[in-house]
Amino acid sequence: MNWRWDMFFEALPYVLQGIGVTIGLTFACYLFALIVGFGWTFLRRIPNKTINWIITWIMEFIRSTPPLVQLFFIFFAWPMVPYVGVTLSPFASAVLGLGIHFSTYIGEVYRSGIEGVEKGQWEASRALNFSTTQKWTKIILPQAIPPTIPMLGNYLIIMFKEVPLAATIGVVGILHMAESFGSVNFRYLEAYTIVALIFLALSYPSAILINKLERKMNRRFDKKAALNSMNESKGAVS
Amino acid sequence: MSESVVTKEHSQDTQTENKDVIVSYKNITKSFGDVEVLKGINLDIKPAEKVALIGPSGSGKTTIIRMLMTLEQPTSGEIIVDGKNLWHMEKNGDLVPANEKHLREVRGDIGMVFQHFNLFPHMTILENCMTAPIHVQKEDKASAKERSIEMLKKVGLGDKLDNYPSQLSGGQKQRVAMARALVMRPKIMLFDEVTSALDPELVGEVLEVIRDIAKEGEMAMVLVTHEMEFALDIADRVIFLDNGVIAEEGTPSEVLEHSDNERLQQFLHRFRS
Repeated sequence: MNWRWDMFFEALPYVLQGIGVTIGLTFACYLFALIVGFGWTFLRRIPNKTINWIITWIMEFIRSTPPLVQLFFIFFAWPMVPYVGVTLSPFASAVLGLGIHFSTYIGEVYRSGIEGVEKGQWEASRALNFSTTQKWTKIILPQAIPPTIPMLGNYLIIMFKEVPLAATIGVVGILHMAESFGSVNFRYLEAYTIVALIFLALSYPSAILINKLERKMNRRFDKKAALNSMNESKGAVS
Repeated sequence: MSESVVTKEHSQDTQTENKDVIVSYKNITKSFGDVEVLKGINLDIKPAEKVALIGPSGSGKTTIIRMLMTLEQPTSGEIIVDGKNLWHMEKNGDLVPANEKHLREVRGDIGMVFQHFNLFPHMTILENCMTAPIHVQKEDKASAKERSIEMLKKVGLGDKLDNYPSQLSGGQKQRVAMARALVMRPKIMLFDEVTSALDPELVGEVLEVIRDIAKEGEMAMVLVTHEMEFALDIADRVIFLDNGVIAEEGTPSEVLEHSDNERLQQFLHRFRS
């Protein structure tokens, strides 16, 4: 089978019809994972050994099972479970399945961020008599979250690359479009090449962006400091 | 019926104490695992009194003030702050362990300065001082700002308001930490080895500020310190802690110059040589 540019250009607009769904699903899954991740983080902070053990075990279970199996379970098996079974649309199943899977990783990212905040910061919050909510919103999270932003960005790219799994349960993203183009025209080579190129075109610049962000984050407090001392020395000269 | 009589007596009891004692430790013990750090501490602190806690490391002096700041929970005993039980609250006539709400109510009059400053790195110096008065004490933003600036000027950092903690020297950081605690207008201030993490040449500027605060007089102050000369200078009372008990206490000159407690002599000898 030889390469045909005319087929390539015919397939391109057709496959691109699915881009909105692919990107939309990525962000829907990501948002879901970011929120549920917070849930895991705080559930694991409950000072009760039994609850802690149960939560840790559930997270381990979710992480050790392939996302594809989880998708199939949610879409095909769950509706058949008596009493609690619900039939969900392919899109909703994908958000739930991939979202929950990645929320366990994102929960770990949050945890590392929170553990990175010095013990003295918690003590100072007590000494200044902040309420529990104020302590989290004013003192702990503003210090815990920024260092995790590059890691969270990496998970966005990883999830973007896992989203084609949703084609297996019928979500009409670019992979699904390529498949249908291929089966109608018997031209899989051009169609799947296009899918690969689209992923490359979006993932690679994002990775570079995140890399830059990471370097910026590392310099954050230092940079503020540098700027200030620059202004000061200017003031001293004039 | 008998229960209500008991609680009534109890409250009368605390009211009479109220007049000349602001903090009272009653038979406090504290264990970390199998190690008993404090073995029955009884200690009353008067309003505006300046108390210096001295003793070898591991003697439990830091634990004493950390329990008052609610950073450490006593294993047994009670701490009464301004007539209120710190670690216990009354529920249906019974004393039960305090919840977070109760702790917040009682510790509102207590401030603390730490060995390692513990400034908030994501806020400027001014924000470090303003944030608690605004959010905890619900003070008007403009007046909190004004008072914070005033306080920072007082500790000699009026020109650093918009700097971040990472730009300051250790001595400057510790002075900010003091301003931050003082704008909360505490009745009791705790100082936990506040000069121990500083370079020797920066110790003086910090002690100078504490001396100024002490002279103003209104606050009770409890200082855990290794600066003996300083303790002698500003404290009304010096307490020597050894092995989890109060081994000696009295005026600075009684304890530091005229005591014949052998352990105390050994301890002081190490500082003088």
